[in-house]
This record gives sequence, structure tokens and C-alpha cells, in this order.
Amino acid sequence: MITSLLDTFFNDIDLMIMLVGALVGIASSLVGTFLVLRGSSMLSDAIGHSIVFGIILVWLITHQTSGPWQILGAALTGLLTVFLSELLINTRKVKADAAIGLVFPVLFSLGILLINLYASDVHIDAHTVLLGEIGFVWLDTLSIAGHDVPRAIVTMGSMTLINAAFIGLFYKELKLATFDAPLAKALGFAPGILFYVLLLLTSGTAVAAFDAVGAVLFVAFVIVPPSAAYLLTDRLWLMFLYGALISVASSISGYYLAVWWDVSIGGMMAVMTGVFLALAFLFGPRYGMAAQWFRRRQQRALNDSRTLAVHLYNHEGGPEQDVENVTQALREHLLWSSSRANRVVERSCQRQLITLQGERLALTETGRYLAREILEPGQHNNR
Amino acid sequence: MTLLALLGDYTLQKVAIGAALLGLISGVLGSFAVLRKQSLLGDTLSHAALPGVCLGFIIAGGRELGSILTGALVTGTLAALTMLLLTRMSRLKTDAALGVALSVFFAVGVVLLTYIQGGNNASQGGLDSFLFGQAAATLTSDLWVMATITAIALALVTVLWKEFKLVSFDPEFAACSGLPVILLEATMTVMIALAVVVGLQMVGVVLMAAMIIAPAVAARQWTKRLEHMVLLAAAFGIVGGVCGAVISAMGPGLATGPLIILSLSLIVVVSLLLAPGRGFAWELYKLRRDRRTLRTQQVLTTLYRLARHHRDPAFRSDQGMVDAYHGTNTRRALQYLAGKGWVRFESPHAGDPATQPHWALTESGRHEAERILTELEGASR
Repeated sequence: MITSLLDTFFNDIDLMIMLVGALVGIASSLVGTFLVLRGSSMLSDAIGHSIVFGIILVWLITHQTSGPWQILGAALTGLLTVFLSELLINTRKVKADAAIGLVFPVLFSLGILLINLYASDVHIDAHTVLLGEIGFVWLDTLSIAGHDVPRAIVTMGSMTLINAAFIGLFYKELKLATFDAPLAKALGFAPGILFYVLLLLTSGTAVAAFDAVGAVLFVAFVIVPPSAAYLLTDRLWLMFLYGALISVASSISGYYLAVWWDVSIGGMMAVMTGVFLALAFLFGPRYGMAAQWFRRRQQRALNDSRTLAVHLYNHEGGPEQDVENVTQALREHLLWSSSRANRVVERSCQRQLITLQGERLALTETGRYLAREILEPGQHNNR
Repeated sequence: MTLLALLGDYTLQKVAIGAALLGLISGVLGSFAVLRKQSLLGDTLSHAALPGVCLGFIIAGGRELGSILTGALVTGTLAALTMLLLTRMSRLKTDAALGVALSVFFAVGVVLLTYIQGGNNASQGGLDSFLFGQAAATLTSDLWVMATITAIALALVTVLWKEFKLVSFDPEFAACSGLPVILLEATMTVMIALAVVVGLQMVGVVLMAAMIIAPAVAARQWTKRLEHMVLLAAAFGIVGGVCGAVISAMGPGLATGPLIILSLSLIVVVSLLLAPGRGFAWELYKLRRDRRTLRTQQVLTTLYRLARHHRDPAFRSDQGMVDAYHGTNTRRALQYLAGKGWVRFESPHAGDPATQPHWALTESGRHEAERILTELEGASR
């Protein structure tokens, strides 16, 4: 019963493709969160490109592209890129951004040349390198306990577990190293080594995801979900959660849209991560454009009411009271348009800051208190 | 095929001219990008050119270079704007904004690419080539397009030279002197997109980043002046481009794009190692020279102080004593000083129990030691 259920599960092509996409997204955004927070997102771009060299090198030596040792070997090229870039930066001859942009194209070029020269007949061609073949992941299966499990599920699943385990084990250390590296160093946590392990995991994830989404789309899965999560929350653990949710949502929606329009599945999944980022950018609860706009509008309305209250208070009981404390005077003295003046008067009436006495605008007790608080702050607490 | 026969090859000539044009424009424009710490912007812009290439293809209904390049320019610019919007209006930092723009635009490009291929368009085959470039397929008409774009970019740089220079080195001052800094920065960004557009055919969207960065970084090693840097970067770009083109013509499977990048990277490595003033070899030499100067100056002033202490200008210092004073063997330093004529070697007196040689200051050596000491005092004051 369970066996047949599992077989149905692993034979469901749609489900398998979406699962691989979701796993790529979750594994990548786990490490990506720290890259985004540290301000070194573009390292994932460098790593994504340079592992091509590692993969082809490993293939030339072992004639295998999958397997844990192959993944580790190819992942080391990613680390090599970071190491060489830092070496260049430390000479202080080349700025950080230029150093990154110098090293990875060299390794990528070497990789492409090797592919063209020695491996053009195997399944790694230059096209797959960039785009991946997530639509065909179900073709390559492993036999585990009698079930044919797609290899990509196994590798991506293990990579997700490894990443999650690393972050779970070193959560506090990573958090400290990310937000306060000098303190982490002073406490003896070796933030540099932690970061290198993180980058090794990033490279490993890139290699594992390579067959599915290729070298460049991988960058989208690393950077975009954590960036979107960063726009939604200030809590680190929530960033992981949102990142994973966005990855799953992108994978599912991307898959169906890709099938519908008959386009690249991996590409569409990556596009969907971008769509979710745009949504977070526009409608995020605190940092979103809409929320910011709404807050600014509220602030402006509040300021207008306060201005009105002070204006009325200044002239209250004075000889020019009948001239100044009418809606007409607001247009001339505060230079408000009549629609703005009417709106402010109406809103202040609603908030019971003022009352209308014929033409004249009179402060209520609350309104008078508000004005005095602004003019002489802290003097009226006993009221 | 011999090299001479190769050089007469018509296809190679076209490829070489294209590569030279690309090297020229990316060297010139890359200099500004690298100085403004926007090296990776080129990477983002080039990846973001892919959807534009596809859109141009869809709109023109075929592989027509003019519309494809226009599309690339438009989406490249859009990506730059997206990046600007994200950094200015959200809490994302520059690196994340660059990465987001790069990967999402590229993903859109991939989707459009597969859409075109799914549509079974007859000339779709040529579209893939924009990923890595397909230099060998360069047509004479393509060269004219590339030359025109290069000419426009160079003319803009010439006309706006002073403004670009100021904005690159001191944007605050530029803004204070009333220059439209944002407009100028936008112009420079669009011009990088222009370089990317020229590079599409030759090296493709993926490798353009190095095309922008490498010549400028190499040129920066050799000079401090922007004028020389731009000219050198252009020269390096041309040399790298032509070298890559020639090598790639030597055999099958040698893709032009990667070889151009590798040639340029070699130029960078050589520049980093050997450039006078900033190269590693030069720095090593300077370090050793400085160390020797310091050592000999120390020994000289020691001799001077000993002479002063003994109130004897011709005081003969025992070599072993000077060694003990400095904690190392000072024979080489003393020999160097003797070579300069500042100290004099004196053999030990007859009957002197010490067998070590002795050294005494000469007249000019005393002056030199006094000069050094006053200089040091001046520095410490």
C-alpha cells in the first residue's frame, strides 16, 4: 500500500519537477539569506558561473557529474573564486567589485572552452550550463529501497538538509557573525571560517542545482527570495520562513505558468521569484511602497490638524479672532488650497479638535490641549 | 593553417575588426565604470540584455541586428533603473539590487528564448548565440552597426570628457558646481549598456562583465592619469580582442568569447605583476630597496653616535661591536656604505687583540649622518 503510494508519488512528473524547484529554492535561500544580509550577494553570481569549470574538470577526471565527491570537488572551484577574489582585494590594487568581476569570467571561460573541446558530446553543453533542464529531472533516477527516485530529489534534498543542519547548529554564531563581525571575532567565533563554510555550502548547492536550473538562474534562487523576505521582516528566522515559502510558491506558480505558455520551467520559476519580490516591494507591511505612502499621508494629515490647532490657539480670544479663525483665513494665511482647508477642517471636526460656531472655528478642550502641548511641550501633564 | 594565411582569412578579418571595436568601446567606458566602483553593473546590464534581444527578435520577426540591439539597450537600461529603484526606495543594498536585477531579467530572457523556440521560428538558431556570442557569424553589416555605436559612444565621451571626469572622481563637488550629476551618471550607465550591445555578437551576455572590467583594471596599473588610463584601456581591449579572435581561428572548438576574455585576463595578470609603480615585482623591489636604505642609515648613524660619544671623529668601530649593536650581521651594510665613500675600512692595529676589521666614518659620511639625524628630528617634531 505505502509502496504503491510512494511509487505514485515518485512517478508524478509534475510533482517531482515542482518539488525539485522548491528544494532548489529552499536550499539556496537558506544560504542566500546570509549573503544578502552581509552585502555579498554578488558572490553567488561569481560562484554560479565558476562552478562550470569545476564540473567539467570533475567530469574529465571521473566521467561522472553526480555523486557526493563530484559535488564537493566542483564546489571547491566556487570557493577558489572567492579565495582568488579576496587575494586580489587584499593587494589593494583592485576594488572588491572589480576583483569579483575579474576572477569568475576566467574560470567560466576555461570551463566553456573545456566543454567545447572535450565534452561537446556529453549532456553538458554550453546551453544547459546556463539554463538547466529542470523539465527532465525525472528521467535520471536512482533506485532507493526498490523505488525509482529522481536523482535531483535526492541531491537537492540532501543539500537542503545539510544547509539547514549547518544553519541550525551554528545559528547563534552565524547571526552574530553576520550582524556584528568584530564582536564575533572578539568572542572567538572565527567569523571568517564560518563564512567560508557558508560559501562552500553555496557552491555545493550551486553544483547540486546545476542540472536543474543551470549556472545563472541559480543566482535568482539564491538572492531573490531572501531579498523579498528582507523587505517583509526584521526577524532572521522569519526571513528563512518567508524565503522558503516564496521558493515553494514560485516553484508551483512558475511550473504551471511555464506549462501553460510552453516556456522554460526553470526560467519561469526564477521569474516568479522576481514577481514575489515586486509584490513585497510594493505591498510589504512595513517597508513596502504602499505602506510607506500610507504612513506619509497619515503623517501629513496629522501635521495639518496640528497646524490648524496652533493657528486657532494663537488667535483665540484676540481682537482679530473673527477674521483669523474662519476657513477663509486658512487659504490666505496658511496658503492652503480651499479643498485642502475644507478637508482639514472636516477631519479636525471629526477628531473633535475643533467645533464650528457659525462661520467661526473654535477649539475644543482637546484641541486647545494639543496646541499648548506643541507650543509649550511638557508643561501640561497635570491636566 | 599558418599564421600568415590566417591573417588573410576574410572571416577572421571580420571577427578581428569586431573584437577590436568591442575592446575599444569597453576599454574606454569600462575605465569610468571601474573608477566609479560600478564594475558589476556591467555584469547586470549584460545579463539583462537577453530579454531585450528576444523582444527585438519577436518584434522584428527575425534575426535583425538593429532591432535586437535596440531591445538589448532598452532592457539593459530598464535593469539599471530597477536596480536604482530598489536601492533608493527599499532597504536592499546595492549588491542585492544588482543580483535581483541580473537574475530576474535573465530569467525573463530565458523564458522569452524558449517561447521563441517553441514557436518554431525558422531563424531561431541564431538567437542562442547571444548567450556566448557567435563571432564567426559576424556579417559586414553587423560590423557597421557596431562601428556606429562605438563612434557614438566615443563622441559622447569626448564631448562630455570634463564632466565625466569630475563625476567619476568627485560627484559631490560636481553637484556643487551645478553639473546635472544624476543625468551624467545615467548617461554613463546607458553607455555601458551600449558597450554591452556591441559585445553581444562577439562574447555574448555572460562574459561581458570581464570585457568591461579587465582592460580598465590593467590600464589602471600603469598610470595615474585618466587620459592615459582610458587610452591604455582602449589599447589593451583592442589587443586582447584581436588576440582572442586570432587564437580562436586556429582550431575547432575554440570559442572566440572565452578566448578574448582569457587574453584580456592575461594582460591583467601581467599588469598586476610587472607594471612600474603598482606592480608586485616593482613593489617587491621597492620594499627591498627601502629595507636596505633603512639598514645602512641605521648603521651609519650608529657609527656617528659612537664617534661623538668618544669625541673622536675618526673613531674606529669594531665590526663585532656594530653587529652586537644591531643584533645582526652588518658587514654587507658597511660594505655598501664603504662603496658610497661614507665609511673607511681599517685593518686592526698591530698587536690589537681584536681580529675583526674596524670601520671609521669619512668626512662625507659624517655629513651624511648629520643630514639623516636632522631629517629624523625634523620628522619627529
